[in-house]
This record gives sequence, structure tokens and C-alpha cells, in this order.
Amino acid sequence: MTEVSVAKEDVASSGDLVVLKSVNKHFGALHVLQDIDLTISRGEVVVVIGPSGSGKSTLCRTINRLETIDSGTITIDGRPLPHEGKELARLRADVGMVFQSFNLFAHKTVLENVTLGQVKVRRTDKKKAEERARALLDRVGVGAQADKYPAQLSGGQQQRVAIARALAMDPKVMLFDEPTSALDPEMINEVLEVMQQLARDGMTMIVVTHEMGFARSAANRVVFMADGRIVEQAVPEQFFSNPRSDRAKDFLSKILHH
Amino acid sequence: MFDFLEGYDLLGAFWVTVQLTLLSAVGSLVWGTLLAAMRVGPVPLMRGFGTVYVNVVRNIPLTVIILFASLGLSQTLNINLGAQAFDTINFRLAVLGLVAYTSAFVCEAIRSGINTVPVGQAEAARALGLGFTQVLTLVVLPQAFRSVVGPLTNVLIALTKNTTVAAAIGVAEAALLMKKMIENEAELLLISAVFAFGFVCLTLPTGLILGWVGKKVAVKR
Ligand SMILES: Nc1ncnc2c1ncn2[C@@H]1O[C@H](COP(=O)(O)OP(=O)(O)OP(=O)(O)O)[C@@H](O)[C@H]1O
Ligand SMILES: [Mg+2]
Repeated sequence: MTEVSVAKEDVASSGDLVVLKSVNKHFGALHVLQDIDLTISRGEVVVVIGPSGSGKSTLCRTINRLETIDSGTITIDGRPLPHEGKELARLRADVGMVFQSFNLFAHKTVLENVTLGQVKVRRTDKKKAEERARALLDRVGVGAQADKYPAQLSGGQQQRVAIARALAMDPKVMLFDEPTSALDPEMINEVLEVMQQLARDGMTMIVVTHEMGFARSAANRVVFMADGRIVEQAVPEQFFSNPRSDRAKDFLSKILHH
Repeated sequence: MFDFLEGYDLLGAFWVTVQLTLLSAVGSLVWGTLLAAMRVGPVPLMRGFGTVYVNVVRNIPLTVIILFASLGLSQTLNINLGAQAFDTINFRLAVLGLVAYTSAFVCEAIRSGINTVPVGQAEAARALGLGFTQVLTLVVLPQAFRSVVGPLTNVLIALTKNTTVAAAIGVAEAALLMKKMIENEAELLLISAVFAFGFVCLTLPTGLILGWVGKKVAVKR
């Protein structure tokens, strides 16, 4: 009896990394997230797609509490999201976030961008932090730009630095909110390749994107959102070739035929 | 032609002006930054305090504030800021009054600077796990300051000229000496010209140097 329940807990703590249970969120009268239930396993790569305004960004932002929720629960690695203060800051450090507009700290060099969180949040000593930062910058292919300021880099380079900055915190899960939408077409692939590598290395990822190529090749699951609800979830192959809901069919026909 | 200057410690008086300016500048930069932090912070009580402070203080004439410091604090409540000598007490009270007044303008300048920092900067910092104070001091304020060097220069120049109000409580700075000279000498126009020139000598370089600094530190986006 006891053994069984222990085993169950084990599965829960090693399997499910991010769990959302009946999450609701309003912006004034607008019900942006409606009874969202979503479980993401360790190592899983989930692509979230859906029409503009369906709540994809909001969903991402609630997971590290850049947005508060009205009801429901969000747990990360078995721990519920704290409300305020130090606890919350610690949890956010475990959740990496990559924004559409990069948001690199404009007054700091690339290297400083990647060391800031390590030194100020993780309390890593400066030298170690710089070593790690340089290794990560090399890994995403911008090692040569370490001493430049963000404004001196191309969009693709900035976004790769942003990924390195998030990785420097050793996050348990990475959130990407349309990481390639602000990029010129020729720079999209360099960012997607970094993300693909990350997925192969076993990082747990939640990626809002309309890059179908990435979804097909790297995602374990596609979550389709519309009007604040999760309408459909499936493995990429099945979702793209054989969507069940009319909303998804309609959406896919629009984005695939242009 | 400048015989009338004899017997007056012109440099000494301007040195007091410089001291008043520098001490008040540092004080109002610190207090003004704290006020700005309160006004953008999450604590309603502090936000309220910051808002009320700024809106009350910047609408009271500086003369009234300085007189209040002298009459109210020193002479009525016997708060003398740790000084014994009459001159020192008045000097310190003048600095206090100037800081109280100027910080309201510093606060508003910095707050407008904070508004020029894209929200994404603070969000990225929060997403890394930095707390409110860290986000403010490591990411937002450094960028805000760089964008308001110009407005802060204006505040500093205004402060330099505002130190003349300290004459009202007998601080021996430039304006008090000017008053004394006007009472005793005949060359009224020349006296005014000399003091005007003295203030321009203080403020013009300030403007030029800080103008250059402002360009140098501007954040490129
Ligand atoms: N801070 C806010 N205040 C008020 N309404 C908001 C706010 N942020 C988002 N919304 C609204 O909430 C809805 C969902 O927004 P969200 O950004 O999550 O959509 P999205 O799926 O990411 O869209 P897109 O593909 O355009 O990025 C939209 O109607 C949007 O206008
Ligand atoms: Mg969005």
C-alpha cells in the first residue's frame, strides 16, 4: 500500500515538470485564459500555436508569473507558483524566458547580459560566471561578440544571446514567445537551429511559434489555442496532416496557403 | 574701474555658493532617486507618499521652504542639524531646504527617464529572478539616468541659481554679498554685472560638460 503511493509520487515528481490546472485569467472583461489544463513532462518540447489574440503569450507569461492568474493552479517541478517576493524570484530563475523582442539589457555588454543573473541571482562568483557565459555564447555561435553592446548585433545574434542569457540560469524549463517573429527571414534559421539543438539536448521547452518546420522536427506535441482555450493537442504529424477541430483546420488552411 | 570690489570677499562668497550647490545636488539626487523609486514601486503607501511629497513641495515657493526650515525647524523646534554656530546652522538648514525642494524636480526627471525604458527590459530582468530593487538598480535606473542627463542638467543649473534664496536666512553666499555691496557702493550696474558673470561662470561649464556626458552615455537601442 505504502509502496504504491511512494511510487506514484516518484512518477509525479520526475515526470511532470509544469502543470496547469483550470487556470483562468481576465484582462478586464476579456477572458483570455479559460480553464486551461496543461501538463508538460520533463524533457518534452511543446509547441503552442493559434490565431493572434488567442492567449498564447499570456499563457507563457503566467508560467513565470509575469502575469498573475485569477483562479486555478500552476506548479513547477511539484512546487506551486509563489505569490510574491524572494520565493517567486527563485522560481523565476528556474524558468528561462525568451521574448519576441529579445529584451537584452541595452546598457550592458553581451557578456554582462549573460553573467548578470548568475552573479546577482545565483550568487556565482564573477569569474566562474564569465567562463560559463563565454561557453554558452560559443555554444549559440556568438562568442566573438561578447564585448559588444546589443544594439551592435543583428536580430538573430541578439536572440541567440537572449537564449544564452536564459540558459545561464540552468533553468528547468524554457519558455519561448515567438522567438523568430521579429527577425528578418535570413536570420530565422540560425535561431531555430539553436533551439533544435537545445531540444535534442533534452531541455524542456514551451515554444509559441508559427514555424511549422520547427514544430514538425523538434516538438513532441502541438497545442492549438483559440479564444483563450486549448482546442486541440496532438503529436505534430497528426496535428498538421489531420487536425480534428474546425478551428484548427481553418487556422492551418490560412497559414499553410500563403 | 573695479575699485569697488576692494574689501569684499567675492571669491569666498561664490565658494559658499558652490558648496551649497554641490551638497544640495548630491542630497537631492539621492533623495530624488529614492522618491522616484517609491513612485514606481509596488507599495501603495510609498507610492502615495511620493506623489503627495512631489506635488506639495514643488508647488511651494523655495523662499517659504527655506524660511520654514529656519523659523520652524531651528527657531521653534530647536532642530539645529548638529551645529552650534549660527552660520553653520543656517548653512545646513539652507542645504536641507534646497534638497527638500530640488529633489521633487529630480524625482520627476528620473521618473520620466524610467518611462523611456521599454517594459521589456524590466520583464527580462524579472524573468531572470531579480527582485524589485535589483531590477530597479541594475537595469531600469542605469538606463533611466542616461536618458535624463539633459533634464537633470537643467535642474542643476536651476539649483545653482536657487542657492541665492539662502540669503533670506543669512547664509553668506554670493547673493547676500551682492545685497551688501549694493547698499554700500555706487556702481550698481557693475555690481549686478559682476555677479551675473560669476553665476554664468558656474553654470555655463556645467551645461557644456554635462551636455557632452549626456551624449556619451546615451543608451543605443
Ligand atoms: N496587458 C494587457 N492588457 C489588456 N489586454 C491584454 C493585455 N495583454 C494581452 N491582452 C489581450 O489579451 C488577448 C490575448 O493576448 P495574447 O498576447 O496572449 O495573445 P497571443 O495569442 O499571444 O497573440 P499574438 O499571436 O498576436 O501574439 C488579446 O486580445 C490581447 O489584446
Ligand atoms: Mg503573442
